[in-house]
Amino acid sequence: MDGLLDRRLIFVTGKGGVGKTTVAAALAIAAHRAGRRTLVCEVADQERLAAAFGLPAAGFREVEVERGLNAFSVNPEDAIQEWLRYQLRSRTLAGLLGGSRVFQYLATAAPGLAEMVTIGKVWELAQLQRKTPGSAPYDLVIVDAPATGHGIALLGAPRTFGEIARVGPVHRQARIVDAFVRDPETTAVVAVALAEEMPVTETLELERRVATELDARLARVFANALLPDRLSGSEAGALEAALADGPSDGARAALTASLAAHQTARAQRSQLGRLKRGLDAPVTTLPHLLTHDVGRDGLDRLAAKLGRDL
Amino acid sequence: MSGGPLDAVLAGREVIVCAGSGGVGKTTTAAAVAAGLAAGGRRTIVLTIDPARRLAESLGLPDAGNEEIRVAEDRLAAAGLAGSGELWAMTLDAKLTFDELVARTAPDAETRDTVLANPIYRQLSGALAGSQEYMAMEKLYELHAGGRYDALVLDTPPSRNALDFLDAPGRLSRFIDSRSLQLFRNSGRAGLGIFGRGAGAVMAVLERATGVDLLRDLAEFFNAFGGMAEGFGDRARTVEALLASELATFLLVTSPRAAAIADAAFFHGKLDEAGMPFGAMVVNRVREPVAAAHGEAVSKELTALLGESLARKVARDVADRDRLAARDAANIERMRAELGGAPLVAVPELPGDVHDLAGLGVVARLLLDVG
Repeated sequence: MDGLLDRRLIFVTGKGGVGKTTVAAALAIAAHRAGRRTLVCEVADQERLAAAFGLPAAGFREVEVERGLNAFSVNPEDAIQEWLRYQLRSRTLAGLLGGSRVFQYLATAAPGLAEMVTIGKVWELAQLQRKTPGSAPYDLVIVDAPATGHGIALLGAPRTFGEIARVGPVHRQARIVDAFVRDPETTAVVAVALAEEMPVTETLELERRVATELDARLARVFANALLPDRLSGSEAGALEAALADGPSDGARAALTASLAAHQTARAQRSQLGRLKRGLDAPVTTLPHLLTHDVGRDGLDRLAAKLGRDL
Repeated sequence: MSGGPLDAVLAGREVIVCAGSGGVGKTTTAAAVAAGLAAGGRRTIVLTIDPARRLAESLGLPDAGNEEIRVAEDRLAAAGLAGSGELWAMTLDAKLTFDELVARTAPDAETRDTVLANPIYRQLSGALAGSQEYMAMEKLYELHAGGRYDALVLDTPPSRNALDFLDAPGRLSRFIDSRSLQLFRNSGRAGLGIFGRGAGAVMAVLERATGVDLLRDLAEFFNAFGGMAEGFGDRARTVEALLASELATFLLVTSPRAAAIADAAFFHGKLDEAGMPFGAMVVNRVREPVAAAHGEAVSKELTALLGESLARKVARDVADRDRLAARDAANIERMRAELGGAPLVAVPELPGDVHDLAGLGVVARLLLDVG
């Protein structure tokens, strides 16, 4: 539709607890199945992604999930070290500087440095000409980003950093990264939402913040964990009539549970409608897997749905 | 007495911190606890620093930063939360709090203006690098010292691992601490001699890597900020002492999903390590099994009532719910084992989403004896 999987970078954000990691992993599988050499990447010491694939923690390196599908975990400490090595073109000098107290104070002082080197590493991973020696380029990098506020701070870091460092190499690099992450041809910012009152409200707000604070737009919203609605209106009526008929306790409990599931599903549909009406971005729905631990099977199911819809 | 599961946990506590990873209902829990304490007769304020202003929404308050706003009694009464106390709420604006603090701490107007206009300060005081957490602590301290409230309930910023909340204020205060700042004051390269041989060379390399303006801004920031740093450091230590005291307690909030439970268990360990008082684990949105809905007799009865096809749909809804309830129960058992007897409250999933005062009233009654 909008060629989401044809971008170079997909940045997955949204409110906490809505399933960002799951959606990022499922998107990665879908892209991989569509023939893209894909890297899925998490930030800020999460190590949830590897667990989603049933793998040991990836760490600050490209770990193969399967051929053509890799995982990576960016942490600011390693990203700063790597950045210094490129900057100074000397491992010894970088080690000296990175280990010095002066630098550590400065690194804490320079606000947004952690965000800047993190998004800088993400940018590097998404380049066709990789800087990391011996590394192959990816067609697509998918980032399991932090929740709304921190996610925006991460995307905005190059711009704010470029303003702090008004001249010099940091300024130039920040500009390059900023241009890449805010170009809709190369980068898609997508959000994951649940079809509930507050997550919908926050997603609508997120779209506005992406526009005003980043001067960018949301490419797509994934409405996650939609429950099945098994009953038609007249069937729900039949259940209510049966309930009024004085059933046994067991039947009453079953009827009540089924009606509650129906009501929850209906409420979700209504919130989904509100989401769609309020957003400029298109919405893709994903089903509730009706299980706690999504697992590789669950990811594959979601990826298959995404493969059909995207 | 009958009471609610948190009555004993919160008795005599003046500062209640709700912490946990994102999306687990922390804001709702904080607001419900505050509403319950107010209904129980205490003059209570709930503070949130969530940039999405969810709490304001929950309480039906307009957008407002750093303003103490009283929730109207008739609104509370309508939600079944009438009582002899008062419920107040505040949405914390981190940047505004930081600016206020600078204005109060600055020795003169010139220093104040230099700091407020400095690009480093402007970034530092925004949404980056622990400033929200630090400012939450600052406001907490201010309100507690003001003595106008019997209880303060703090909703902490959303953070996936919840740890930043404990670490950030310390990190920031260590950074701002005067001893480290002194090293930079009026420094230039000569002043860096204290870092030992080679510091000048390190700075030269750093200039090459960063660009000179950044360093100039930093030097200016350190110069202007240096004199104010001691007050900041003292403040952070006082707040830390308050949080570790018997006047405070932490409520850890989680959902029953495996990832959230793992985060909460981890945070519980960290809290213990840091010597902070743990009150209770609150597990939100726990699904319960459909009691008594099984067996051949029930199945036959449903088929007779609804016909075979519709009865099968009902059975599938029941099976879904039971499967999810079984997972929730298993995760909660893991958490109970982790806590070793410390209080855990399971809040059942409520019909509909809790996002208004009436919903908060329902949750409050599940947690506290509201009367």
